[in-house]
Amino acid sequence: MKPFAELLDRLVLTPSRNAKLKLLVDYIAATPDPDRGYAIAAITRDLDIMSVKPAMIRALVSERVDEVLFSYSYDFVGDLAETVSLIWPSPEAENQEADLRLSAIVEALHAASRSDGPKLVETWLDDLDSSGRYALLKLITGGMRIGVSSRLMKQALADYGAKDVTEIEELWHGLAPPYAPLFAWLDGKAEKPANLAAAPFRPVMLANPTDLDELARYAPSDYMAEWKWDGIRVQVTAEDGVHRIYSRTGDDISNAFPDLLAAMEFDGALDGELLVGHAEEGGIRTGTFSDLQQRLNRKTVPAKLQAKYPAVLRAYDLLQEGGEDLRPLPFEQRRERLERFVDTLPAARFDLSPLVPFENWDEIAAKRNAPPDPVIEGLMLKRRDSAYVPGRPKGPWFKWKRDPFLVDAVLMYAQRGHGRRSSFYSDYTFGVWTGPADDPLLVPVGKAYFGFTDEELKQIDKYVRDNTVERFGPVRSVRAEPDHGLVLEVAFEGLNRSTRHKSGIAMRFPRISRLRWDKPPAEADRLETLEAMLD
Amino acid sequence: MRFEDLLRPTPKGLYCPPGGFHIDPVRPVERALVTHGHADHARPGHAHVMATRETLDIMGIRYGEDFAGATQQAAYGEVLDINGVTVSWHPAGHVLGAAQIAVEKDGIRIVASGDYKRRRDPTCASFEPVKCDVFITEATFGLPVFRHPDDRDEIAKLLKSVEQFPASAHLVGAYALGKAQRVIALLREAGYAKTIHIHGAMQKLCDYYQSRGIDLGPLAPATIEKEERDRFAGAIVVGPPSAFADKWARRFPDPVSCYASGWMRVRQRVRQMGVELPLILSDHCDWDELTETIREIAPREVWVTHGREEALVRWCELNQIRAKPLNIVGYEDESE
Repeated sequence: MKPFAELLDRLVLTPSRNAKLKLLVDYIAATPDPDRGYAIAAITRDLDIMSVKPAMIRALVSERVDEVLFSYSYDFVGDLAETVSLIWPSPEAENQEADLRLSAIVEALHAASRSDGPKLVETWLDDLDSSGRYALLKLITGGMRIGVSSRLMKQALADYGAKDVTEIEELWHGLAPPYAPLFAWLDGKAEKPANLAAAPFRPVMLANPTDLDELARYAPSDYMAEWKWDGIRVQVTAEDGVHRIYSRTGDDISNAFPDLLAAMEFDGALDGELLVGHAEEGGIRTGTFSDLQQRLNRKTVPAKLQAKYPAVLRAYDLLQEGGEDLRPLPFEQRRERLERFVDTLPAARFDLSPLVPFENWDEIAAKRNAPPDPVIEGLMLKRRDSAYVPGRPKGPWFKWKRDPFLVDAVLMYAQRGHGRRSSFYSDYTFGVWTGPADDPLLVPVGKAYFGFTDEELKQIDKYVRDNTVERFGPVRSVRAEPDHGLVLEVAFEGLNRSTRHKSGIAMRFPRISRLRWDKPPAEADRLETLEAMLD
Repeated sequence: MRFEDLLRPTPKGLYCPPGGFHIDPVRPVERALVTHGHADHARPGHAHVMATRETLDIMGIRYGEDFAGATQQAAYGEVLDINGVTVSWHPAGHVLGAAQIAVEKDGIRIVASGDYKRRRDPTCASFEPVKCDVFITEATFGLPVFRHPDDRDEIAKLLKSVEQFPASAHLVGAYALGKAQRVIALLREAGYAKTIHIHGAMQKLCDYYQSRGIDLGPLAPATIEKEERDRFAGAIVVGPPSAFADKWARRFPDPVSCYASGWMRVRQRVRQMGVELPLILSDHCDWDELTETIREIAPREVWVTHGREEALVRWCELNQIRAKPLNIVGYEDESE
């Protein structure tokens, strides 16, 4: 448990993606089976074990520790699992030799009945050191939030075994913790495991970003264009009566969309965009991105929510039809097959992403910035002859996002960064004006920590240090008045209504696009401007 | 005589009326007895200061030679008479030169322990328990959640990370007096023989430790020209924590920010301070050491000062030991 606990502590505090990968790869290399498999599953929250209520943990600790001392400690520490892990009085000096293994805990929990839970947990709390206790409590209370996505984990596995990540994605769904056949293959001790699962995931084809300069090198007639929708890219597969919805990295997200799943009465595999949509005369009316957010990150979906925000699929591509693998065919042919295929599906749940006709690049460039629907984030350009291949090959597919929205905002707070930025104020909260014109005040509308160059970072950092009003730990508030302050041009992809933010709006993907040293803060935008952009 | 007639808290610090002296006064006084060199305990401007030779030297390094009107050395084990009050000096195990001061008159003995710790420290003499009627204890880490792990494990964490990330400089935040030297000495004990780079603010104190026979191995200033930043790839750099939030830290390649402190036990603190690699190393007692020390000394009364007094007083109550908080203002957690 010690190496696992140590890994968790380091992952949580390490901001850099590369450093996280290094920590994971080193852990995988140093840890035996089946512990490493269980550890991976625990981190990506794919480990299905008996969960324990915080109240039970509190009851256990109250038998061992004075209530008053516990409450002083809990007040100071602020987290129940952490307080218990630190305060738990071990019967004797912590025994480092006989380290309890993660696999022993996981397997005992699998075998245990619910009533055995408290006794087991108590024994383990006695046997582990405080980091181990913390890891255990996070594991069994479902509070494991490590900042490692399933995608990052797959990358770590690929790095460890020197494989391409799409190979891991392809296999992933057919595997279960502790992933013994996967590790045997990664260690070079066995053949690549065959994905025997019904309705398997097919590694997704991705596009490269592009611009007009690059496109000028290609013939427009070789390409077809379609809208790029701002939902979740998914693969929906129905084979031999098994229905699955996969994310683009091969995670099974079927349970979150039972309404779409139930409508998958076909035999094949579709690539498309999952959106919220309402069936209407003549097609599906697309819901907003905020509507879609109501359906994201949910384990269970109440019927009411399903009715209010129905999940639909806007199809891009057809990968499999019956027993036939269509991926080697040219896109143009797959597209024809797709159109016929979608025609047979329930119209309330499935439709096509329409093609956008064009003659030359300038024409499509103009269309790109005048999309017919606010949920369009740009265009996809696909070579007519392109086969469907895994990964992100250069040339066959391009994505060309529409220009971002821009707003001039005023810097209000700056927070120190992490890692190589720990000596810089690099995370900026910015606001726009609201209230009466003769006595305006700033309301924060977002936070951004990239988009600027290293040189600009130094300039903003100097500005923050020279104009600090107050300091709160790692955060400084800076002078932000109508005639004194720094105006930031912020680019973003869209706005959502938000009840959590004072301004009532939340920006999607905000970043700093320009520093407006020349602009007086009084001339920055007002909240009304942003509100008018809400749909 | 009541205990409070021998030693009592005043706005200037602990005062001994019959002896006419203060212990660790926070404002200038006529006669000061100083337990150790941390700035919140050892302040400049007193007319007369008595302390161990090391504490006086450290005050001289920090404040200049004229930090007091007059000074007088006291050695560990030495027994002195001040206006009819017997005063003796005993190692506190906190930093180089740190002492507990025992004050005795008419059969009553009170020990002001200053800041102290119980575990071994290669850079200073170990704490010696002194039997007494009143034991005045600090409570910096006076909550049962503070239980410092083994120093060696913490140093091993640092060395493992240095090995894992050879392109990075590891910046270890550590206070200039005591913690910095201890971190360096522990690295040496763990077999780390390479040059350790130190911030300019630590140079004099590290030199002083070396002059007192504490071997810190090869040290070099952490200064570089811009074009040679790669020279610090794989290096360990020790500096005051404040320097790492400062522009000073930018000279280092891909820095990993580490912090050696007892506060690193609490994850929320670690995150607040933007630390990536916490090293739980403290020059204060943890909870178990505080409570074991009280049991061992078994005083008739415990006075608790600076820190989380209420929890330690509660523990004393639960164990039928008379205890009260002293509520002296002016001491901070400088040494952590």
